[in-house]
Amino acid sequence: MARAVLSGNEAVALGVKLARVQVVAAYPITPQTTIVEKIAEYVDKGELKARFITVESEHSAMAACIGAAAGGARAFTATSSQGLLYMSEMVFWASGARLPIVMAIVNRSVAPPWSIWCDHNDAFSQRDAGWIQLWAESAQEAMDMVIQAYRVAEDEQVLLPVMVNLDGFLLSHAYEPVDVPKQEVVDRFLPQKTPAPYWIDPSNPKSYGTIAAPDTYMEFRYKMQAAMENAARIIEEVDEEWGKFAGRSYGGLIERYRCDDAEIGVVLVGSWAGDAKEAADELRKKGLKVGVIRLRATRPFPAERLVEAVEGMDAVAVVDRSLSPGLPSVLTAEVKAALYERARRPLIKGFIAGLGGRDVTPLDFAAVVESTLKSLKEGKGGIVWFGLR
Amino acid sequence: MVTVRELPLEEFWLPGHSACPGCPAALGLRMLGKALNGGFILVVPAGCTTVIQGIYPRTPSRAPLLNIAFAASASAASGLKAALELRGLDAPVVVWAGDGGTVDIGLQALSGAAERNEDILYVCYDNEAYQNTGIQRSGSTPRGAWTTTTPSGKRERRKEAALIVAAHRVPYVATASVAYPLDFVEKVRKAASIKGFKYIHLHAPCPTGWRFPPSKMVEIGRLAVETGAWILYEVENGVFKLTGRSRALLDPSRRRPLEDYLRTQGRFAHLLKPENQEQLEELKKNVNDAWETVKTILERGGKIF
Repeated sequence: MARAVLSGNEAVALGVKLARVQVVAAYPITPQTTIVEKIAEYVDKGELKARFITVESEHSAMAACIGAAAGGARAFTATSSQGLLYMSEMVFWASGARLPIVMAIVNRSVAPPWSIWCDHNDAFSQRDAGWIQLWAESAQEAMDMVIQAYRVAEDEQVLLPVMVNLDGFLLSHAYEPVDVPKQEVVDRFLPQKTPAPYWIDPSNPKSYGTIAAPDTYMEFRYKMQAAMENAARIIEEVDEEWGKFAGRSYGGLIERYRCDDAEIGVVLVGSWAGDAKEAADELRKKGLKVGVIRLRATRPFPAERLVEAVEGMDAVAVVDRSLSPGLPSVLTAEVKAALYERARRPLIKGFIAGLGGRDVTPLDFAAVVESTLKSLKEGKGGIVWFGLR
Repeated sequence: MVTVRELPLEEFWLPGHSACPGCPAALGLRMLGKALNGGFILVVPAGCTTVIQGIYPRTPSRAPLLNIAFAASASAASGLKAALELRGLDAPVVVWAGDGGTVDIGLQALSGAAERNEDILYVCYDNEAYQNTGIQRSGSTPRGAWTTTTPSGKRERRKEAALIVAAHRVPYVATASVAYPLDFVEKVRKAASIKGFKYIHLHAPCPTGWRFPPSKMVEIGRLAVETGAWILYEVENGVFKLTGRSRALLDPSRRRPLEDYLRTQGRFAHLLKPENQEQLEELKKNVNDAWETVKTILERGGKIF
């Protein structure tokens, strides 16, 4: 184990190198670019034995990853925002084809108006694509998550692609100390990929992705759901096992911070969990029992873990960095759905916050908790815009 | 010159597929398989060939076949080739795409793969419209042709896709026609022997979309070449040469009148009416323009640039 000071993006690139990815296909977009720049450097210096395909678009980046994974290689790409939207057709293709590709999404808001700053609308736009969606809080977790992601994706009970989300700039460009595992440790945790019997092989010809008539199509989709259900278990097993190899794990599908005796919980994804935790610590000094529930996965949605985490809580604040105009908060809706069948469920209040990179501080999270307490007294949840000018 | 006797009897595209009677794509796939004698991998974007394969769990392809989204074939083939190389497998990766998937929606990925000089063979079977979705015009539909989206004839000239690819200075570009299968086989074999990006643009007369009887498919393909509407050529390392029947047709007087080709197809029927004389002349001018380009290139020793 060595300690390095890395940005979130550098940590992802190092994770890709440690995972011995074989084919990388990528197209530049801010704030993702420094990931693939670093990988290009690794490949150029021979530190990573991979083919780097400098494609002409994100659509082609994912298509090349699909070809590579179908051909038996461990494939990686990274993108953000418009790039992910442009790629979307192939995002659905990758999961439908059941290919264990890993993609880093450096979360960035969607234009217009142009904005390069962080929110989560890009990743949530691909919510129903059939990808496992994981969310990192720190550079350390982003690196570990890339390595874990291949273990999950390549598991024969899963065979679904994985998105590793990290917040644009807030995480991608912020430097922090990162413990870097030795290559041998990662090699033992994540053995070299061996082509499975159903991968393209000229000596065993098969056709892939032919037309499925109405009498067979549904079963292909059912199998994706079954694989997601397996993934929920395997994500937890892999994270726990990583703990034995690297000395740290993250709680599996969700991280519970000071939840055991909490009366109020803050539910969110991404790097601002750090700010929420700081707020919880401060509020606890004032006698308010606040906990933070950080979803590490949104697909599969960790409904059971969420039910366990909110046990005993009177109210939950869902802080959503994305917008579904007309709903307006998908994350809040999903938390509500997960808790609906509980006889005793907390009051749930949704907050749309931090869109387009608007800063949300620990003080703001304290305000979120105050607002939720007020709603609790009034007995009325709902969804509000936080920090709207 | 390859002869029929030299072709393997073995079939790589099996009967029982779902192509229309007289389908040029099905004939092209058969000849492609025989040219390579197996051992290759097909990458197929959306198009007629998606449907020709038939319905899961059956397939007529004896080569591994990766179906892929419309715009994605050249890039998926690039990734696949990279993976095979890492595995130490030397199988040719062949994109088999229609004109829509090549000259329109797939052009960007095609250009990217050509610019990177990926070691793949890209074959565009050109039936000159989106035939699979019901005969809509494409960038490769010739001027004047009826399609369901050009009810009174297409008003624009076609793209010269093979020359667009040649402009990337890739090692090998050729045009071919399913009506001259041995010429096509020869070009496929030559392409397979070359490392880097290879492109073959295969003329594919479509009975369904062009409105002619299925039994006339080869005849009409030959008429396209004999009238000069389709030109057979190769560009090898930047040097252009006419091939096959087209070698004798540089002099316009050697070509059969374009009308001999047009009158065989329902899609051009309106062009032969006196009131559409102007459209006919414009189409003839497009055909002549293509030959003028050939002439100019040949005058400078075949160098395309």
